Amino acid sequence: MDNNSPALDTVFLAFADSTRRAVLRQLGQGPASVSELAEPFDMALPPFMKHIRTLENAGLITTRKEGRVRTCELNPDKYAAVEQWLHDQRRQWASRYRKLDALLESLKGKSE
Amino acid sequence: MKPDLQYSFKADMQTNRITIRREFDAPKDLVWDCYTKAELLDQWFEPEPFVAKTKSMEFREGGHWHFAMVDPDGNEHWVRFDYEKISPKDSYRAQDAFSDAEGGINRDLPVSTWEVEFEDKAPRTLVQIASTYDSPEALQQVVDMGMKEGLEATLSALDRLLEKLA
Repeated sequence: MDNNSPALDTVFLAFADSTRRAVLRQLGQGPASVSELAEPFDMALPPFMKHIRTLENAGLITTRKEGRVRTCELNPDKYAAVEQWLHDQRRQWASRYRKLDALLESLKGKSE
Repeated sequence: MKPDLQYSFKADMQTNRITIRREFDAPKDLVWDCYTKAELLDQWFEPEPFVAKTKSMEFREGGHWHFAMVDPDGNEHWVRFDYEKISPKDSYRAQDAFSDAEGGINRDLPVSTWEVEFEDKAPRTLVQIASTYDSPEALQQVVDMGMKEGLEATLSALDRLLEKLA
């Protein structure tokens, strides 16, 4: 991950908005143009484009322009980092609590 | 873990919070002790393959727990929990920060707030931990650090393997 670009929006900031999350879900089905993505929302194009830029700056999507059509696509690498971290967190808590279960068992044995 | 013990892990991206709920097959007093006494915390608080090693512990409001997360190579990663509010046997709130060996908090690294609640479900106890980061940026920093650590752990495992093969 690129740590040297403080101007980049973060993945979590990008996630923290319902419109952007809906756009990401939609893009999970495959690439789509900005106008296709904007259609379900009751929103003017300029504010919608701001959401697209935020997602792009966070590295969650890439966009390319062909003629007058801008197509958006998910960037799986960026998701992988967050998923990996959540996976690690889960694993660490499971490991901690296995130890605590064993400790509680031994303490209960002593007090009985 | 007994199969019917309640367990949930939830990440809320909008509040930068992770919530872990877990039932333990033990009375509340005993579970509380395991979360608040250094000699017991040292026996479980760090996940495999790490071990927690307490340097100092003062479990009171305004006090702190200073300990090292020790990895299999013996490297110490220092952590400090500052206790802000304690309701004995029911809940406590603490700041979780990275520190140095002397207990000085590293302000450049993200801090999270832990809210820990203990619920009597005799003969069991339900514990909820909500760990919240101040901002999306702070959470992002933790994720980036995790990636780096994961990579370093993989590389040092590779080093050890290569040494054996040499």
